Amino acid sequence: MTEERITPGKSKKSSALLELLRKNISQYFMFIALIGIMVIFTITTKGVFISSRNISNLLNQMGYIAVLAVGMTLVIIIRHIDLSVGYLAGFLGAFSAIALTFWGWPVYAVLPVVLILGVISGLLTSTPIAKLGVPAFVSTMAAGLIFRGALLLVTMGTGTIIIRDRLYNAIGNGFIPDLKLFVLPGNRHFLTLLIGLIFIILYIVNAVKSRNKKLSYKFDVLSPPLFVMQLVLVSVIIGYIAWTLSGYNGISWSLVIVLLVVGIFQFITTKTPLGRHIYAVGGNPEAAELSGISVSKITYIVFGAMGLLSALSGIMYASRLHSATTTAGLGFETDAIAAAFVGGVSAAGGVGTITGSIVGALVMMSLTSGMNLMGIDISLQYIVRGAVLVLAVVVDRATRKNR
Amino acid sequence: MDTPILEMKSITKEFPGVKALDEVTFSVKKGEIHCLVGENGAGKSTLMKVLSGVHPYGSYSGEIYVEGELQKFNGIRDSERAGIAIIYQELALIPELSVYENIFLGNELTDGMVINANETIKQSIDILEKVGLRVNPETKIRDLGVGKQQLVEIAKALKKQVKILILDEPTAALNENDSDNLLKLILELKKQGVTSILISHKLREVLAIADTVTVLRDGKTICTLDASDGQLTEAVLIRNMVGRSIDNVFPKRKAHNIGKEALRLENWGAYSPSLGRDVLKDVNLNVHDGEIVGIAGLMGSGRTELAKSIFGNPDEYRLSGKIFVNGHEAKFSNPRDAIDARLAYVTEDRKRNGLILIQDVKQNITLANLEELTRVGVIDENEEIVVANRSKEDLNIKTPSIEQFLRNLSGGNQQKVSLAKWLFVKPGVMILDEPTRGIDVGAKYEIYTVMNALVEQGMSIIMISSELPEVLGMSDRVYVMSAGRIKGELSASEATQEKIMELAVDY
Repeated sequence: MTEERITPGKSKKSSALLELLRKNISQYFMFIALIGIMVIFTITTKGVFISSRNISNLLNQMGYIAVLAVGMTLVIIIRHIDLSVGYLAGFLGAFSAIALTFWGWPVYAVLPVVLILGVISGLLTSTPIAKLGVPAFVSTMAAGLIFRGALLLVTMGTGTIIIRDRLYNAIGNGFIPDLKLFVLPGNRHFLTLLIGLIFIILYIVNAVKSRNKKLSYKFDVLSPPLFVMQLVLVSVIIGYIAWTLSGYNGISWSLVIVLLVVGIFQFITTKTPLGRHIYAVGGNPEAAELSGISVSKITYIVFGAMGLLSALSGIMYASRLHSATTTAGLGFETDAIAAAFVGGVSAAGGVGTITGSIVGALVMMSLTSGMNLMGIDISLQYIVRGAVLVLAVVVDRATRKNR
Repeated sequence: MDTPILEMKSITKEFPGVKALDEVTFSVKKGEIHCLVGENGAGKSTLMKVLSGVHPYGSYSGEIYVEGELQKFNGIRDSERAGIAIIYQELALIPELSVYENIFLGNELTDGMVINANETIKQSIDILEKVGLRVNPETKIRDLGVGKQQLVEIAKALKKQVKILILDEPTAALNENDSDNLLKLILELKKQGVTSILISHKLREVLAIADTVTVLRDGKTICTLDASDGQLTEAVLIRNMVGRSIDNVFPKRKAHNIGKEALRLENWGAYSPSLGRDVLKDVNLNVHDGEIVGIAGLMGSGRTELAKSIFGNPDEYRLSGKIFVNGHEAKFSNPRDAIDARLAYVTEDRKRNGLILIQDVKQNITLANLEELTRVGVIDENEEIVVANRSKEDLNIKTPSIEQFLRNLSGGNQQKVSLAKWLFVKPGVMILDEPTRGIDVGAKYEIYTVMNALVEQGMSIIMISSELPEVLGMSDRVYVMSAGRIKGELSASEATQEKIMELAVDY
């Protein structure tokens, strides 16, 4: 055996970081933009924006859009679009309200049934797409109309349905309980801090493990000072978020759900064959098919997941409002699609990440929250959000060209 | 001496990290056919992009003169105005529009605001006459074969009063007949005073029609040779292109045993519901372990359809007949089944359905066999790097890193990645569809060497090829196809170019 290094990146160590930066520039760019937006709003609102209370609210509000953005990312990666998700979420939210209040179902029966209904709806919507090659635009728009009709139908007699189930309403409004071991100064949420610490430890252990593994293969890794810098940076970010949230009720159930969804889908897309297959279908469906990947199967899976997440989104929204309304879900699909595009997903397919789309969702939600705090009129808010969307996509295209 | 119609002086063009063109000088005389040759990555396409304004003035250094006048092109429109038209390998026609609409696209003849269709058609007929294409101008482009589409492209260029016609690998996708016709047309246009610049890998073609040949290598002009002095031969060109002489275009194969039957087709047929006709009929063929079987035939003779019908039938033909793998009857309902039976299919068009250009080298190599790298449901990315690096070395894939996107690799290296991908599934039978199309001599030689090594290890190869020297140079046996049928089977010793062509044109 020779001592020669096998180098996945550039051979020079110093350029490894640059290479990393260059490759992921668009994603880092949005992340930096997000921090920039937060700083600006913190200044213009004299610190109200960055307060524990507001950050907590912001994260809870974005929950039902964030889970949709995750699914939408996959849909766009495989070169499709799903315009039905808003009304599907609205309809299934109403369905859960009816099951809880009129049929008296217990909450632990309602949730799985609604989620399964979501999957089935996604599969039905995608059947013309996967089997007959009908454009997703048409098929999902049609499905959206049908779900909208269904929503109006089930809420026709009653109008808004108030939900009184405490457990159900906690999904969108509750926070994880605290371990009242001792009282922290400022009444901080102890368990939130503890979870933050556990996340930091898990992250560090994982990063060191993966680095050692790479070293055992004699691959290039970040140099020790850079590696430590990376560990410190990420730990500080996690720590700061935990610290902020602990100042106001701690981690919400919404956030727990979003983190779980993001974690699971991030894992699937980056670590498993299924994830690879999804990117392959998006990158070149014909090549994927000839590589033994069933494009129609992947289409079903992705739309099935989208349906599941739409159902989840519908539950989170209905729970947050303690009610199902006739207009629930209106425009959710636009927000989810915008989040995905701001987060660097390419409409040409095969490009995009779950974390990117979450950053995209955070950007859009920060804009809304910040502008609300500043008392900016809704009309201007739409214009600003539209401008940011187009700007993000333009920057994304420009940086992508250099690769 | 006349002023050259085109002079490019000291053209230097840099991309981040690469000097694509280095002080290139290129001069074309009025009315000649000037061929530009060189290995892939030698800078031919970049030079033509500079000339056509795709790389605008200012993005390169050096000067371009057309008929003695300094040109500063800022885009294709500018170069077209100066009388330069470029026809790329990938045709730029709109399939759903008719022939005449395509010819006049962007220069529509109008009466006020309305297109004058009758006048356009009338003028189209005249232009089509010039390129020798006899079709109804109202035919849609998608109903024409590639050869005829190419002629429409040329007609479109002629419509624009072209002075310098640049053709980038015009015959790469054409069969011998269409190629011959195209070359004749270029000679005909020369008589009408059109200057042509032809980029080609097919040296026989170059020798047949060129007045002058310029050789590029590594972004530099190596030499400009005159065809009239009798010194121009294939060997001279190859030596200048590669900087070394290749004595043998096909590597010698060690004598080895041909083993038992690996794959057999019996009365194999395929009906295409979308075309409404049989694409394959009564095909009987077999291939043994350690054997390279060549499949020759003209474009449209059903060779790719044959490959796809065997490989899990992704185009959903209605199949008939039987297929045997290692003596056992098999049935593949999708490509996955075929891969599981240890078949591999390296496609004809690697960009369209072979590779994923927006993914990196390693992801492309492992795509068809991710299971092997998967531990408890998770892809072992470290193992993946090891696998990809091994392939990179074994096949001599020239890339700065295995994390390079495929679209940044040259054609020859992309093809090697394609081979690496299918070798990773460890196939018993490998179908190679035009394995060396559009790649340079050096890379071709390497691919042939790999094929020889594989059959020595006992693999079976079915090689579909339109290049007769390749079929003759590599195959142990040759099947010739025409109109979806096998027209004949020739052993290596009895096969000649003439015999193959005779069978191939037998409808």
